[in-house]
Amino acid sequence: MALPDKRMTEAEVVSELRSGMTIGIGGWGSRRKPMSLVREILRSDLTDLTVVSYGGPDIGLLCRAGKVRSAVYGFVSLDSIPLDPHFRAARQSGSVEVTELDEGMLLLGLQAAAWRVPFLPTRAGLGSDLPRLMPQFKTVVSPYPGPDGGEPEELLAMPALPLDAALIHMNRADQGGNGQYLNSDLYMDDLMAMAAEKCYMSCEQIIPTEEFPAHGSIHTQRISRLMTTGVVERAGAAHFTECPPDYARDEAFQREYAATAKSDEAWLEFKAKYLDVSEDEYQALTSGGAK
Amino acid sequence: MSTIDAASVTRAEVCCVAVAETFRGDGERLCNPIGTIPMIGGRLAREVFEPYLVMTDGFAAFAANPLPPGADPADAIVEAWNPYSQMFTVLWNGKRHVMMGATQVDRWGNQNIACIGDWHQPRAQLLGFRGAPGNTIHHTTSYWVPAQGPKVFVEAVDVVCGIGYDRARELGPVASRFHEIRRVVSNLGVFDFETENNTMRLRSVHPGVTVDEVVAATGFELVIPSDVPESRLPTDEELRLIREVIDPTGQREREVPNP
Repeated sequence: MALPDKRMTEAEVVSELRSGMTIGIGGWGSRRKPMSLVREILRSDLTDLTVVSYGGPDIGLLCRAGKVRSAVYGFVSLDSIPLDPHFRAARQSGSVEVTELDEGMLLLGLQAAAWRVPFLPTRAGLGSDLPRLMPQFKTVVSPYPGPDGGEPEELLAMPALPLDAALIHMNRADQGGNGQYLNSDLYMDDLMAMAAEKCYMSCEQIIPTEEFPAHGSIHTQRISRLMTTGVVERAGAAHFTECPPDYARDEAFQREYAATAKSDEAWLEFKAKYLDVSEDEYQALTSGGAK
Repeated sequence: MSTIDAASVTRAEVCCVAVAETFRGDGERLCNPIGTIPMIGGRLAREVFEPYLVMTDGFAAFAANPLPPGADPADAIVEAWNPYSQMFTVLWNGKRHVMMGATQVDRWGNQNIACIGDWHQPRAQLLGFRGAPGNTIHHTTSYWVPAQGPKVFVEAVDVVCGIGYDRARELGPVASRFHEIRRVVSNLGVFDFETENNTMRLRSVHPGVTVDEVVAATGFELVIPSDVPESRLPTDEELRLIREVIDPTGQREREVPNP
């Protein structure tokens, strides 16, 4: 079996990213986020990023660290804490541009990009303040008659959200870039991957391809190597977000993170301890993957 | 005959029943209440009078059993898998009645959960639009307000996330044909839009609440019928289900403290 070897380190992934890029981040809220790649971006001199995400601490951290020019999101939640406090601070200080989407619109934008069509029609958003506040969203009139042969329907045309790069995290992967998720929900990780020019996938463990069935049914093998450019093996990569069945969310650490929005001193202390260190040191400090 | 000691029934328990009543008649569709008392009320409706309702485990599955709020999804008896990507198909398909929260709601049923102040640089960032625009244009929606006051029931919401009847009317009958704001349930009473212009009406007051209290906690002119009924009390069986099966740890009392 001739499988490409797509193994990379976090640093190698981030060296392929550029300031100003549009980067999609997989997972959902504080669930199965590619946090070791996010932390590597925090360590880099990348800036001016547009971040597209069903957001959690990925957006919060990147905003707090001044990496974000623009955020495109369906929400920015820590699940057990309904709103990421660093993101809230960024919004209230006006330090980031935002495209605040209906959650379903975000799915359609990624799907349109994955299918390489300019938009997908939807009723979501019609009548709300969303297209009034974000006038980049246009409507489209159906070329077909409406219900019962009447007036054609006017729908919101959700534009494609093409990504320069996507970052996703899987429980298992092989060296060729096939990925397997073992929790109950893939989220939109497949769409993120296919909406992107390049998709970098971290995983808890790289295994031989033939061992996937020992970890989960065929239905869990949802990321194919057609979608991925690189694969990073890192136990604990998703810490402090949840990555079941490998580990639960580190709620104590998440509370500590959230509390650092209270003052610059608290943030700088957290940053010095957990972010200005190597990923190996971070993992040793938090024993992220061992919980 | 009821053996209920009415005095022992808490405001939170009345709210659970009022929420359950919101789902009466829904038959076989996804009953998707968000929040502690909404979740208890939805499960109560299914246990007592709407047996074919479908409900989630709060994660990626439809669960057949009445899970307590915050239950481990491992305790679910799974009827079907419903990951997020599939959830959008369910909701755009329309077989769903969601009960969302509302930081602000107005007389037309417009709802705001996005932010307070100017959206471009809000005074207080809240949840964002989340699913509200897509929910309200595609299927039945109700709202839950655990602490009603004039800053919640407002003359005009700061951001229209979930669309109300005035916005639906502007879109016309075709675009808005799936729109229905069924009820608003608060800690003080129950509200609907069954009026000539679909402006909000006081449907019932919870026992111990006066109409004047509701009016004082509302920042716009409510439609108030000449005779406002009281929200009904739970039956013996409903009270047993709430207290022993669906919410044995009493989480409802933390969401709406007894006055």
